[in-house]
Amino acid sequence: MRRAGEVLLVLLAAALVLVVAWTVPWLRFVLTIALAKGLAVLGILLLLRAGQVSFGHALYLAFAAYAIAFGAARVPETLLLLPLAAIGAALLGLLVGLFVVRYREIFFGMLNLALSMVFYSLLEKFYSITHGTDGIRLPPTTFAGQVLDPETQGWAMLCLALLLSILFAVLVRIYLASPIGQALAGIKTREARLEFMGISGRRVLLSAYVLSTLMAGCGGAVLAMTTRHVTPALSYWTASGELVFIAILGGSGSVAGPFLGAVAYELTRVYAAALVADAWQMVLGAVLLLVILFAPGGLWGMGRALVGRRRQA
Amino acid sequence: MTSENPGNPAGRAAGLITRRATLGAAMAGSLLLPGRQTQAQAAKPAEIKVGIATYLSGPASVFGVPGRQAAEMLFDEINEAGGIGGVRVRPIFVDEGPGVDHFVGEYRRLVQSEGVHLLFAAISSADCLACTPLADELKRPTLLWDCGTQRIFEDNRFEYSFRTQANATPEILSALLYLLRAKPDFRSIAVVNQDYAWGRDSWEIFRTGMQALKPGVRIAAELFPRFGATDYSTEITRLLALRPDVVLSTTWGGDLDAFIRQSSDRRLFERSTFVLPLAESSLERVGKALPAGHIIGARGDHWFLHPNPRDQALLARFTDNFRKRFNAYPIYPCHHMAQAVFAMKAGYEKAMAAKNGGWPTDAELAGAFRGLEFPSLTSSVRIREDGQGLENQIIGTSHHTDKYPFPVMTDMVVFPAEMVTTPVGQKSTDWLKTLKPDIVQGLPQPVAYRP
Repeated sequence: MRRAGEVLLVLLAAALVLVVAWTVPWLRFVLTIALAKGLAVLGILLLLRAGQVSFGHALYLAFAAYAIAFGAARVPETLLLLPLAAIGAALLGLLVGLFVVRYREIFFGMLNLALSMVFYSLLEKFYSITHGTDGIRLPPTTFAGQVLDPETQGWAMLCLALLLSILFAVLVRIYLASPIGQALAGIKTREARLEFMGISGRRVLLSAYVLSTLMAGCGGAVLAMTTRHVTPALSYWTASGELVFIAILGGSGSVAGPFLGAVAYELTRVYAAALVADAWQMVLGAVLLLVILFAPGGLWGMGRALVGRRRQA
Repeated sequence: MTSENPGNPAGRAAGLITRRATLGAAMAGSLLLPGRQTQAQAAKPAEIKVGIATYLSGPASVFGVPGRQAAEMLFDEINEAGGIGGVRVRPIFVDEGPGVDHFVGEYRRLVQSEGVHLLFAAISSADCLACTPLADELKRPTLLWDCGTQRIFEDNRFEYSFRTQANATPEILSALLYLLRAKPDFRSIAVVNQDYAWGRDSWEIFRTGMQALKPGVRIAAELFPRFGATDYSTEITRLLALRPDVVLSTTWGGDLDAFIRQSSDRRLFERSTFVLPLAESSLERVGKALPAGHIIGARGDHWFLHPNPRDQALLARFTDNFRKRFNAYPIYPCHHMAQAVFAMKAGYEKAMAAKNGGWPTDAELAGAFRGLEFPSLTSSVRIREDGQGLENQIIGTSHHTDKYPFPVMTDMVVFPAEMVTTPVGQKSTDWLKTLKPDIVQGLPQPVAYRP
């Protein structure tokens, strides 16, 4: 019964996204970006379950985005580039993960941040290859060999982002319910106990780390193919901070939190920018402050509390 | 469900929320209204909406905010004079500060939700590179009002994007030519540029040109301090030790202010001649910390004391009005904004004349910009067949006078645009290599500052 309810909720949310994108054409782009960021934030949520915060996940997002940018010049096929870029990001994640999972808390966060800033500098300094901060413009990509007109391409990207979001949300749910996912929570409470049970905390964290980088890679790929222009700013530390911001905004209680947070974040940003071009940062900051002060569980927690109260009444 | 009884506090709260929600929905609704589609048949609109992308936050707001101020003033002036073809104009500003992906979203919003008729974009080269294909996709005329990169029209062809100003190549080449004439026997040069695309690109242009026009100059140092750096002591120490004849820096904004002040404190200006192609925008802030005798430029022929403007009254009126309203001298982004506004007006008028007074469609308006010649505050600009604007360049030498609390230009040379702009269909780096040293003999005569 509960499961049926959840499936219904997911389908409703997906339908809502599509309806909004259909009635308000310019929001289609914003929603695609939001879902792409939501994917990366889902990875942050996974690490949050283990009590670790990564301030450097924009590295994987940017890596995949640049992989797409370079790949699209050779084989402009979405369905080929996307998995390649995501797997590339996951491999990089595995390599980096082998080192960073030895550290916890602030050291984990700072090491991730440092590595993402190294990547930022590489993108900026290898000027003849990456065009520095001007970035690279992507040629249009085909979809299963079909050349789509811009309108259909926009829809295709939104549907792709939606599908990936649902797929990974389900995957992360299953993962979190599995023994290894439970062990993740064990890292947060007391890692020593986990080790006494014969489970390696590092391996558990590594698996979550690689999964999170895979999702960040997917997010980066969708982002690059939607904006069709990549710049090193994608891997700057503020971009990583933004992901953590969204995770807090959405709440880490559920896999729906990141997507809820990402959509709320992007919509707040565009509406704030439209209403007060001068002071939109202040609006965004005020929203985050309010969420931290009055809804520590994020938007998802807020929604749950509302539903719970109504049930009680 | 809560009861509908108005006496019930929960019910009242629910009523409040509903009212608030309705209010919110109404506000959001006003933003959600779908924008107008690309016109096939054009009707005269109630007003001409112009989306303007500029920096309202971040370091580049030193250009973005004066640009916005100039736009506000000029749009008011157009409306006071009865608008364009009897239609009022309204600017809608968006902030480029958050980066390219946000800007691309904003561009779509302006076109698809606000239904703007025309866009002025942008200061950032990355934003210009990202929005030019989008302009073709959404079929909305876009004027590139301030960005510097020469890549846009050299790498691609666009139907809906036009540049109402020059690009990095003429801006940097004219500074090089000026240096070659003012100080023909310099033997070594050092560069201190910000470490990002513009800093790298501009040095590439300068070096390529220098190697063609004066081979054998020793490059003493290539320093690229971090973008947004506040401390230049290591760079200055090295330059003091290396003693290059010339120091080039295309740095701008707060970075340039800091570099000038610190170089001045440590007397670096006494040892080397500085070439600062963007210094005009910093003059009022640094004041006389910038000594006399150094080469300064303004990204075009933008100078409130231009030696021979096309319309002296226009320039003087603009400068006075701007100073009265915003308490600062107009710097080059103000001139660039004025060029975009004048181009818009001239473009509409040309398109309407071609239609015997009928209102032009988006495509007809875009078509009018190709080959358009429109006035600037100091001379005139012509948009070439590839969409690139031909804009003259002014370079001068800093000069101290009691009349102004900051340095002014003397020995000003106004370079004709055709002389310093890459011809249609050629890439800047290739063209610069073909330059011959005798180009320096053909330069216009410098004009001294007249008090």
